[in-house]
Amino acid sequence: MVTANKPQDNYKKMFEQAREQVQSRQEKSRVLIGTASCGLAAGAEQVKESFCREIESRGLDVEIIEVGCIGHCYAEPLAIIDKPGFPPVCYGYLDEGLVHRLVEDFIAGDDPSYEYALAALERNDEFPTFEDFPRGVYEKKVILENCGLTDFSKIESYIAREGYSALAKALSEEPKQVLEEVKAARLRGRGGAGFPAGTKWEACMNSSDDEKYVICNADEGDPGAFMDRSILESDPHLVLEGMILCAYAVGARQGYLYIRAEYPRAVEHIQKAIEEARKKQLLGSSILGTGFSFDLQVFQGSGAFICGEATALVNSMEGKMGMPESRPPRLVEHGFRGKPTVLNNVKTFAYVPLIVNRGAKWFKGIGTPDSPGTAVFSLVGKINNTGLVEVPMGTTLRQLIEEVGDGLPEGREFKAVQIGGPSGGCLPESALDVPIDFDSLHEAGAIMGSGGLVVMDQDDCMVAVARYFLEFTQHESCGKCTFCRLGTKHMLDILTGITRGQGDDQTLQLLKELSEDVRDGSLCNLGCTAPNPVLTTLKYFHDEYKAHIEEGRCPALVCRDLILYYIEPPKCSKLCNVCVGSCPTEAIYTRDDGLKAIDQDKCVKCDNCRKACPPEYNAVIKLSPPVLPAEKERKAK
Amino acid sequence: MSEHVNITIDDREIKVRPGEKLLWAALENDIYIPHLCAIKEESRPNASCRLCFVEIDGIDYPVAACTRQVEEGMVVKTRSTKVDRLVKTAFELLLSDHNLKCSECPANRNCALQRIAKERGLKLKHNRFKPIGREFELDDSPAEFAFDRSRCVLCGQCIWADRVGAEAWIFGFANRGIDRVVTTFNNLPLAELKCNECTLCVDACPVGALYYKREQKV
Repeated sequence: MVTANKPQDNYKKMFEQAREQVQSRQEKSRVLIGTASCGLAAGAEQVKESFCREIESRGLDVEIIEVGCIGHCYAEPLAIIDKPGFPPVCYGYLDEGLVHRLVEDFIAGDDPSYEYALAALERNDEFPTFEDFPRGVYEKKVILENCGLTDFSKIESYIAREGYSALAKALSEEPKQVLEEVKAARLRGRGGAGFPAGTKWEACMNSSDDEKYVICNADEGDPGAFMDRSILESDPHLVLEGMILCAYAVGARQGYLYIRAEYPRAVEHIQKAIEEARKKQLLGSSILGTGFSFDLQVFQGSGAFICGEATALVNSMEGKMGMPESRPPRLVEHGFRGKPTVLNNVKTFAYVPLIVNRGAKWFKGIGTPDSPGTAVFSLVGKINNTGLVEVPMGTTLRQLIEEVGDGLPEGREFKAVQIGGPSGGCLPESALDVPIDFDSLHEAGAIMGSGGLVVMDQDDCMVAVARYFLEFTQHESCGKCTFCRLGTKHMLDILTGITRGQGDDQTLQLLKELSEDVRDGSLCNLGCTAPNPVLTTLKYFHDEYKAHIEEGRCPALVCRDLILYYIEPPKCSKLCNVCVGSCPTEAIYTRDDGLKAIDQDKCVKCDNCRKACPPEYNAVIKLSPPVLPAEKERKAK
Repeated sequence: MSEHVNITIDDREIKVRPGEKLLWAALENDIYIPHLCAIKEESRPNASCRLCFVEIDGIDYPVAACTRQVEEGMVVKTRSTKVDRLVKTAFELLLSDHNLKCSECPANRNCALQRIAKERGLKLKHNRFKPIGREFELDDSPAEFAFDRSRCVLCGQCIWADRVGAEAWIFGFANRGIDRVVTTFNNLPLAELKCNECTLCVDACPVGALYYKREQKV
């Protein structure tokens, strides 16, 4: 069916055209503003307006382009100014004043205002690039390479950097070549479990059914995870090209992107990308003039966490309740509409064009032998540089947190890192030298998951954290199987009791046993992994559980039933009344000596007074166990 | 394909139909494996009650027998420490959401839960887990039978009987998580729906959730 070199010729024409178009745009100054969801949340829209206003009022000829997320979310809103004659420079923490200054000094004048710059994007003699910072040393951008640097709304900007060349290359060869390359690269699924993508594809390819489907799982639902969203928003064509390549390899004619409806921007960008790709004959019938046809459609998920599970996802697409089925049969045998289906994560598909273009050997040169490639994490929590990072597999957690994430803010002490969201586990300091790959993390009790990474410090109570994640999974349990429906409910009840100081050694033993049984007995992976946060905290932070039930004390001063608020008289000032007004229950009164005190019977532990107390006094403290020492008791009412 | 495959369950060699699910192969040879939700005719097993765990040689974790097809030479054990532990926990979890007043129940002495307890030496009482105590309204609107959800184990047998046997489509699962129930359209009383009281669902219920009024104890 494949016409020799026709796809390559067609592509070459398309590429030249796109390159010309993009180069002509680069002749004048450009401002690239990060308007992915993270940027917008930080005020990128206002920054964009400021740029427009400032540029218009000066009558400058500057193009303003919206780009996705560059990964440095801690410094949002961000913009890159690319002015001919200067290296492109990235600026962070933008506001109206800074925009005014940058336009005035740099775009209109010739002073790049390096004092406000985060980094340059090309090597130069004046200012360091991102690669020169510790983060850059450890980071290795592969699928995030162009995120935040390219105009996501124009297919030409993807094509001009050789986008869709992997597709042209593949189409001039046999479908088997794509599969062989992916297999040789040992690409493992990035959805969490790390199942070899090549094996999955091969099973689907070998099926004699002539109706097959390719589905991209973009139902990213872990609290604190946003890798898939950022990639879809910032570089949508990379994912599409990966899917088309997969379809070509396995012989599918129709594909779907299952994107959760809470990601409206990702849906919008992908839909636009699909339309553009169709216009260029990169999607639809006879792709690049060959006999291969494949089309894509977006399916919006309605927000159930369980629908990220493969069989539940397919059920929900078929209009049934989003509930998992027992496997086997696997999706590659009996998937969407009962047909062989390949379901992979966003990131898995994103690697495919790069593997096809650069070869399996290149891919295996990154990462570890058993987990080649990179890992993408959304770094959040008590860490300086929150954001999206990509590191080679095998990087240790310590390098990731201390170097890439620049460690914890001053005065904060590392306690635990939660990896893999509600299905993952909490690892302590002693586990930080574990290399990040599918198997090592699993051994430590956590999972790679989809790549959420939350750093916690001394102010985080591990029992409360376990309870938080379990509350999430219990709420998201579909209720189909006994262990998940009832097991998580009882686990949550036990944990809630512990946060109130209820229980004894037997309670902890029961919690452990039940957690293990839910892990081993549940129908789907939601249930099987839900106990991970509990099991890992029980293992690594047993003392904290003990403190709760034996001493009625919450060491991190988090569990409300086990703490009380107290105003330290030596620190309190007669001249200040702030806390009194902040209290919603009028629990704070003025003592005879003019200092403030809390009526414990009225206090609801909302934390308002502690936040309200001016930093020069810092008089409100939390005590646990909630018993006032005798000398303090005397002065309290 | 040969006419039968040979498997060994609990040291007993049996011949079974190829493609048969392990659970049915065992049950039809009088080897008991606890189960509630399994329906032989169902092409894809529900696998939701999580009671039919067995150990298969070569697999280092217990698997649900309703989901596994028999294979030539398969060696199976219906009991092991791991299996017993999972079955015990699943059973106790089910009891924590079950009305345990057996003496008042029309299914007393004819109840799948009692059978499991007897076969596996488990106690019919709240043991490790506190009762969840969900409250339901009794639907005694039909003339012949009644539906007491406080005894329902969510096995789905009535739904299968109702849809495949009676083709009435009265029952279905609703809600998610701990709130999952077997219910009717809009939670209407059965008498207000097109239920013609064929009572196939009552006969399918392995416990006393759907019962004939004439058998009611109190």
